[in-house]
Amino acid sequence: MSDHDYTPKSKVGKWFNDRLPLLTLANHLTEYPTPKNLNYWWTFGGILTFCLITQIITGLVLAMHYIAHADMAFDSVEHIMRDVNYGWLIRYIHANGASMFFLAVYIHIFRSLFYGSYKSPREIIWIIGIIIYLLMMAAAFMGYVLPWGQMSFWGATVITNLFSAIPLVGEGIVTWLWGGYSVDNPTLTRFFTLHYLIPFLILGLVVLHIWALHVPGNNNPVGIDIKKPSKDTVPFHPYIVIKDGFALLMFMIVFAFFVFYTPNILGHADNYIEADPLVTPAHIVPEWYLLPFYAILRSVPDKLLGVVAMLSAIFILAALPWLDTSKIRSAVFRPLYRQFYWILVADVLILGYVGAMPAEGLYLLIARVATAYYFLHFLVILPLLGLKEKTLPVPLSITEPVLGGSINFASAKNTERSNK
Amino acid sequence: MKNFFRILSLIILFFGFQLSSNAAEKVEFLKTHWSFKGVFGKFDRGALQRGYQVYTEVCSSCHSMKYLSYRNLAEKGGPEFTEAQAKAIAASFEVKDGPNADGEMFLRPGKLSDKFVMPYENVKAAQAANGGAYPPDMSVLVKARGGGVDYIYSLLQGYEDPPAGFTLEEGVYYNKYMYGKKIKMANQLSDGLVEYADGTNATVEQMSKDVTTFLMWSAEPHLESRHRMGFKAIIYLIILTTLVYFSMKRIWSRIETEV
Repeated sequence: MSDHDYTPKSKVGKWFNDRLPLLTLANHLTEYPTPKNLNYWWTFGGILTFCLITQIITGLVLAMHYIAHADMAFDSVEHIMRDVNYGWLIRYIHANGASMFFLAVYIHIFRSLFYGSYKSPREIIWIIGIIIYLLMMAAAFMGYVLPWGQMSFWGATVITNLFSAIPLVGEGIVTWLWGGYSVDNPTLTRFFTLHYLIPFLILGLVVLHIWALHVPGNNNPVGIDIKKPSKDTVPFHPYIVIKDGFALLMFMIVFAFFVFYTPNILGHADNYIEADPLVTPAHIVPEWYLLPFYAILRSVPDKLLGVVAMLSAIFILAALPWLDTSKIRSAVFRPLYRQFYWILVADVLILGYVGAMPAEGLYLLIARVATAYYFLHFLVILPLLGLKEKTLPVPLSITEPVLGGSINFASAKNTERSNK
Repeated sequence: MKNFFRILSLIILFFGFQLSSNAAEKVEFLKTHWSFKGVFGKFDRGALQRGYQVYTEVCSSCHSMKYLSYRNLAEKGGPEFTEAQAKAIAASFEVKDGPNADGEMFLRPGKLSDKFVMPYENVKAAQAANGGAYPPDMSVLVKARGGGVDYIYSLLQGYEDPPAGFTLEEGVYYNKYMYGKKIKMANQLSDGLVEYADGTNATVEQMSKDVTTFLMWSAEPHLESRHRMGFKAIIYLIILTTLVYFSMKRIWSRIETEV
């Protein structure tokens, strides 16, 4: 933000701004030059901020009525649903909000994968994003434990037990995590504490994520570096604000549909049964957004290696800026990568599907093939592709095709069309 | 933008398919028309009142409803008994209260603020009286079972003679909708078992439907206000989205780019 020489017009404003440059910041955020060709896949950053704020606000209200105690948690959730004014609304927004949050984050991540937004000079933005995603998973998992239903209890048991795979100290770590010899009241209270803490950590990281974004500026669908400000950019306000606002409203309609008409469809029926340490549910399944990783975990026969595979599946993303050797960012100009991209999308969806199915027979086989392909994509295909692939000619600026300049770009566009 | 929505709808379709295939059960449940389904879905008041009657006269001897209070029976969106009726219902139960000034527990007639009286003192007592099986609390039962109302409705009518070669242990019954086809609850409903106050013919089908409706309400007491508010909220959002869309078009028309 060093390129800003903004002076407030009023004397008071200037006096204040000299001491704390909040007005400079506000000016930066309004004027921030944004590529004018951003499509709707770029609106999910704003949508995610909305999701985070919604979760924090509804979560605060829920925390006022919720009781983090193994004997009372389930009852207190029913108390919220029945007797707290609009408690049902707050809880359904919070519960479905988690799913909407993940829906948005997956779109956001896959947008980045398609347009190569993780590449230089945006590696730090990307890595902060991966940390946010990890924290989101931790927060969502612990939040799911809080109602203390059957799936809460057994999900917590399965996931915490993963740590027992660590050689020598594993068992000790699990006992330490539980605060006892099984998932019980101490586990619940610490999960509640952490569930309350993590969103604020995420909020802090979101600030860093945006800060890091504002240094190089947004990537764009063409994936080229642009001059800022120039004919290729528009000021953030009002152009991007209104566009993000429109997309957010569309998103809210889908969100509202879930909250008001099918509030329980994304949850598991067993979580309306109070936790019972003596009765194991027939199938223990995590929430839908964790299913691809659950499938990877179960596809490896060895427990320790399964955990390693699952964690690697996430951490491998952090190395993506260096695994992808291509100099071209956008998949629009990478005909081969584009095809592998869609195979990866299908692969992750398949993993999600088999993650919800029992780990046996054909499902297990599919899970193993899909897991292998997932790693193959990042470790083999991406590095090789960058070296071998014949990319299409890239335009010099965003306005170029608009002004009817480059024939190259037009032909690239045509190739893109004929590929569809 | 067209491309964006095409891909988005494909993704949503995929998840929709995945959800429905997850929810699909091996056995087809019996189907009936539920008045509370859909955007404007509301409970059938008569069914709720009859359902309460079936619950009290049949189910409540074993199944508790620990999250319901007698006052709920008179609340809006529920069976909507009059307050006098709800008071009379509450008073017909004996509630354990205390300790009094002498340190003794005592029995008194129920009040609106009391929770539904439990059939057993505790889980152990319930198990002891039911051959080791605990009759689950029914407050949120509909939401706690895959298949929801259709499952409960079918289960109540799913008692049959077991097929040849199917062995049943002592105190276990055959029910084609139950997981594993074995259930520890005997068939409870038979035609004419209760005498409905409103004169409705109490067939097994009718009672199943009424009591399931009642259970849906007990699990989702605010369903009606949720549907009403949802309709308003979504209409509001659609109007606002339209307005914002046109403002966006207007603002972006200042520069030559397609939004």
